Amino acid sequence: MAKANEIKYLTAIKAEKRPKKYCRFKKMGIKYIDYKDADFLKKFLNEQGKLLPRRITGNSLKYQRKVSDAVKKARQMAILPYVTDLMK
Amino acid sequence: MQNYELMVIFTPVLSEEEYKAAQSKFTSLVTENGGEAVYENAWGLKSLAYPIQKKTTGLYWVLEYKAPTDFNEKLKTQLLRDESVLRHMFTALDKYAVEYNAKKRKGVPTGPEKAEVTNG
Repeated sequence: MAKANEIKYLTAIKAEKRPKKYCRFKKMGIKYIDYKDADFLKKFLNEQGKLLPRRITGNSLKYQRKVSDAVKKARQMAILPYVTDLMK
Repeated sequence: MQNYELMVIFTPVLSEEEYKAAQSKFTSLVTENGGEAVYENAWGLKSLAYPIQKKTTGLYWVLEYKAPTDFNEKLKTQLLRDESVLRHMFTALDKYAVEYNAKKRKGVPTGPEKAEVTNG
């Protein structure tokens, strides 16, 4: 029975290569995240209005915290809802 | 003299001139106490994301100002005493924030993918 490492494939297994995630704030040089700018903040929320994790948004730690602060301020001032369904 | 930004939501039942009067009351309070109102931006009637005090709309008003550090306490007592104010929020602005607001006022796009908002 052929052992696993002896199996030779005709073509190499093409690992699905997805584009490397980057922090959009570092790339674009955005330094301040405005809590009044609802439609920009909505990019970091899911349908229920919850904050997306860093592994999804690809933000660096420093800017992910700034985004979460801005979203919390916006929620306090009723610009963004705390919880909703199918917001986008 | 620190840079601050005050955002206030007034009850929607306010008439136009009451809304103006409330705004000028707070800006005059800033200028009286040695502060300086840099920029005022009244958004007017907007629907709230969730009802506050059983109201679903509110009159938004944003004021960017410079003030000595002990001034905000005085302003807060005024805001809390005023019943027409549903909710208010102070934000301390660092230098990037001030630069961002200045750029936004001049209409320079603040971020390539951000909606380019030009307000007067």
